[in-house]
Amino acid sequence: MLEAGQFAVTSEVGPPKGTDPTVVTRKGTRLKDYCDALNVTDNQTAIVRLSSLAGCALLRQVGVETVMQIVCRDRNRIAIQSDVLGAIALGIRNFLCLSGDHQMFGNHPTAKNVFDLDSIQLIAALKKMRDEKKFLCGDDISGEVPIFIGAAENPFADPFEFRAVRLAKKVRAGAQFIQTQAVYDIPKFARFMEMVREKGLDKEVHILAGIIPIRSAGMARYMQSSVPGVYVPEEVVNRMKGAKVAKEEGMKIALEDIEQLRQVPGVHGIHLMAVGWEEEAVPALVEKSGLYPRPEV
Amino acid sequence: MIKARQKPLKDIAPMVAPFSRVLVLGCNTCSAICLAGGEKEVAILASTLRMQSRLNGQQKELGEFVVKRQCEMEFVEEARELIQSHDAVLSLACGVGMNFVAEMFPEKPVLPGNDTMFLGLPRELGVFAERCVACGDCIIHLTGGLCPIARCAKHLFNGPCGGSCGGRCEISPDIPCIWQMIYDKLARLGQLASLEELIPVRDWKANEALGPRSFVRQDLQVKEK
Repeated sequence: MLEAGQFAVTSEVGPPKGTDPTVVTRKGTRLKDYCDALNVTDNQTAIVRLSSLAGCALLRQVGVETVMQIVCRDRNRIAIQSDVLGAIALGIRNFLCLSGDHQMFGNHPTAKNVFDLDSIQLIAALKKMRDEKKFLCGDDISGEVPIFIGAAENPFADPFEFRAVRLAKKVRAGAQFIQTQAVYDIPKFARFMEMVREKGLDKEVHILAGIIPIRSAGMARYMQSSVPGVYVPEEVVNRMKGAKVAKEEGMKIALEDIEQLRQVPGVHGIHLMAVGWEEEAVPALVEKSGLYPRPEV
Repeated sequence: MIKARQKPLKDIAPMVAPFSRVLVLGCNTCSAICLAGGEKEVAILASTLRMQSRLNGQQKELGEFVVKRQCEMEFVEEARELIQSHDAVLSLACGVGMNFVAEMFPEKPVLPGNDTMFLGLPRELGVFAERCVACGDCIIHLTGGLCPIARCAKHLFNGPCGGSCGGRCEISPDIPCIWQMIYDKLARLGQLASLEELIPVRDWKANEALGPRSFVRQDLQVKEK
């Protein structure tokens, strides 16, 4: 989709804190016509869930194009490379390389973290696996390694001037697509994209702007104060507080943001993260923003 | 220096409970400097345990001694007789000293009176902070002299994660984001371009990954003729 020059729509499936495969396949079946690919998160916020590898494999069974998220927090280079081989064998083609939320945010704060690699080193490792058909150690990989490598970037983290530099490092390491942290402050995001274009990165990598539709004023306030890396302006919190029907206002804000983000040069798609209400919010957002039906590639 | 912190009494008391003659053994180097195992701390802990023992209707004997360094044989040797005349050693050294005493006296139980925290410094009175993880392969010439392995919660090598906010780490507003500090330092040095370099996958062999580490300096070894 991205390589064909189309404006892409991706979303994500949060796997269950349990073993029921239908939680994943139901979400996948519901969302697949509205999105070009679905991410499966890798124990997001360090809460133990069904693995991203298994989640992607389940989605493949119902015909969904998947993006397998990989965090560096829980596995070393041996485990990660092994999982990538397994994922390819199961038909998974897209990978999103992340550092991972610190374990203290999750449900096992007493765990030991790994971080053998950082996210940029992970990107480089996957590129080496694909381009040279070699593991990090230099040994040969048998079979094909047909993968599309993604990374995340948070335009709202500090130091702000460094974010485009960091994005450039990810691109140089091998990232082909970027899914950003949720965008609520469009002017700041536009300034970030200006820096990205100055470096010519918009020509080298597909950037999908992140959208998290907000369900309630409480969620807005919580994300503003307690979710690392998410920047929610006061204005958005106030709009949610003042709304008669919070969900509708949240959808309205998301649709306005999508409309504006589509105008920002260098944005090649959106990534919808409707945590907890994806089955309701994602189809509605895609339809109402005029991005439905999804084009065939 | 090595920073240690005395364990709470509720953890120490059950460890010493089975023994009637316990030597509280301090260390006058790192442990004394961070006020966890010098003469004063040894005296206070010994008398606290003595009082507790009497309150419990026991007559526990608590010896007190402080060696210059618990990690070197010649100094520990000075405590040999005292160690041998007690049932157990309650060490107020760092983990290095504790291990060494346990190795030197194979028959003697050694109990940890301290938790060894890290290699660090006193940031202000009563506040100690980590600065080095002794990883065995220093890279701080690339990072403005500031260590991302010791001081980044995810020990990232290629710049701050998405959780760096206002110079603070995502895990706590009390922890400065070391990558923000590295960025600021390199900006002052006019070396920001070095942050554009990709730092490749690390060889952790020099770190604890391979198990207990040791190294040899042949120039210091005594050669047999």
